[in-house]
Amino acid sequence: MASNSHYFDMKYYAFKETPKGVRIFWQVMKYVVLVICCLMVIIPLLTVFIGSLKTKQEVLTTSAFTLPASPQWGNFADAFIKGNVMKGLLNTAFILVVTCVGSILTGTMTAFVVQRFQMLFTRAVKGVYLVTSLLPTITMQISVYQIVTKLHLIDTYAAPIILMIGTDIISVSIFIQFLDNISVSLDESAILDGCSYPRVYWSIILPMLRPAIATVLVMKFVSVYNDFYTPYLYMHNHRVVSTALSDFANQSSVDWNVIFAGVIICIIPTLIMFLSMQKSIYSNLVSGSVKE
Amino acid sequence: MSAAKQKRSFGEWVRGYTGQKYITTFLFLLIPLILMILFTLIPAVNMVVYSFQDREMLGFRKWVGFDNYARVFGVKSATFPVASTDYLIPLRNSLYYLVGSFLQQALALFLATILCSKIKLGGLFKGFMFFPYMMNGVAVAIIFKNFFGNGDGYSAPQGTLNSILKLFSGEGFEGIPWISDPTNPFMANVCLVFASVWRYVGFDIIMYISAIQSITPDVYEAADLDGANSWQRFWYIVFPSIRSIVSLQLIMAVKGAVSVYEIPFIITKGGFGTSTFVIKANSTAFEDEMVGLACAMSVVLLIITVVVTAIQKVAFKERK
Repeated sequence: MASNSHYFDMKYYAFKETPKGVRIFWQVMKYVVLVICCLMVIIPLLTVFIGSLKTKQEVLTTSAFTLPASPQWGNFADAFIKGNVMKGLLNTAFILVVTCVGSILTGTMTAFVVQRFQMLFTRAVKGVYLVTSLLPTITMQISVYQIVTKLHLIDTYAAPIILMIGTDIISVSIFIQFLDNISVSLDESAILDGCSYPRVYWSIILPMLRPAIATVLVMKFVSVYNDFYTPYLYMHNHRVVSTALSDFANQSSVDWNVIFAGVIICIIPTLIMFLSMQKSIYSNLVSGSVKE
Repeated sequence: MSAAKQKRSFGEWVRGYTGQKYITTFLFLLIPLILMILFTLIPAVNMVVYSFQDREMLGFRKWVGFDNYARVFGVKSATFPVASTDYLIPLRNSLYYLVGSFLQQALALFLATILCSKIKLGGLFKGFMFFPYMMNGVAVAIIFKNFFGNGDGYSAPQGTLNSILKLFSGEGFEGIPWISDPTNPFMANVCLVFASVWRYVGFDIIMYISAIQSITPDVYEAADLDGANSWQRFWYIVFPSIRSIVSLQLIMAVKGAVSVYEIPFIITKGGFGTSTFVIKANSTAFEDEMVGLACAMSVVLLIITVVVTAIQKVAFKERK
């Protein structure tokens, strides 16, 4: 009997909160909202995919949802070779690798010196970094362009690489904040064993920073792979993914089917990256931008 | 002791830890500092200086005082005798993006709350909504050029949105020129803002989800015992604990709204009244070769973002 009355109590409270019908209604509404939002994401992508399999005429004359009479897989080959998407992917990969290595090395080195050595000079550097992190780089590109011109770096791979490494203040601040939580006693014990400071950096700090490096790598992939502005301004003779695609869209006689194929190709590496490390992408991006 | 220290040779000083410290500092900071001075500090100073000059790509012509700024805000001046408001259009357009990104925050918060409740396939929904954030901006722009397209049979694709409308409205439907109607910049801008919300909302959802999940479940249980309904639960528990994230996101929204570039640039090239600050500054500098004027625009943009960021920093300090 005792358990029975307890059961009634619970039911009473549950009923008082929200009637069951209302609760089910809201639960269903939640799914409706989520499904609508997902459709909003999927439909634009789906029609581009359908379009990538059509002929040029079909894109122009048939409805976006009409399936092609026969799928034109050749569009993908056209985009890949004629549309320079392959060259773009290779160039992007090259820039991405060099930028990642460069900005992780300079970023961790800067963070190590600034965080570990408390001198007047390093404090001043830290202050300058804090101030410059407030300046949005996109607003300064016009005067940056003049300097890049004077250094004769226009139309070289070096221009986007150097700019992306040199203006990468966010990752320095991520590394500094991460170093705040690594105990100095580790360094000290290494120094007692006779390690020099560069050795402390290389054998102790760098390996300890691995989680922060992962965060920075994810942010770098998203920003470098998707960057349009820097290569568009500074690399006219070499195409990266973004500029290869934008070239397409600017042609006078537009082959939409081939452009769409290019878009799909360009999304695939992102999709692979996303699916293979979904969980860590979420947490890395969140921790990265909160620390910004 | 100090006398002994002074007598040490330079080699000993280098090998000692004080010497090492200075040398390491110098070597480690050399490249980053050169890069920062070259590509951040000098351009920042130059930009302010140039903004007071009449300047073309090749170089300096003359000092013009505040005339460039007057031109940006549509005021007559000695250098630009004709008052024109075309430079106010980007400023007005960034308001569209600002409103859009506030709506985006509300939508993201709403969806994040739903995703944090008991829901099946939550990870799948989250994945779908987040993925556009990872996508290449040019790809997103082309996707929406197709989405809002208005097929004319020879150059524009049959747009997705018009195709959907055709399904419902039958034969007579002509199609709406969503982003290509010069008489209706409002609609074109709303469409471009939509594309931008589509791209970025997933990121905000992730931010809010992680903020909501950091609330300890005990607090919810206490609220349930007190008989709070779900709205009260959101307003009195969830919202106060994520307020700092919300304000951070709103600040980022302002920054984002003034620095929109690639989506409108690819979709409309800034035509049909959809130019943004960065598009206009770039065309002024690189096509019209009025570097001084473009720098004045950039300084205005810079001031807006720095002021907003400063407000954010102060607001955060107070709360701590």
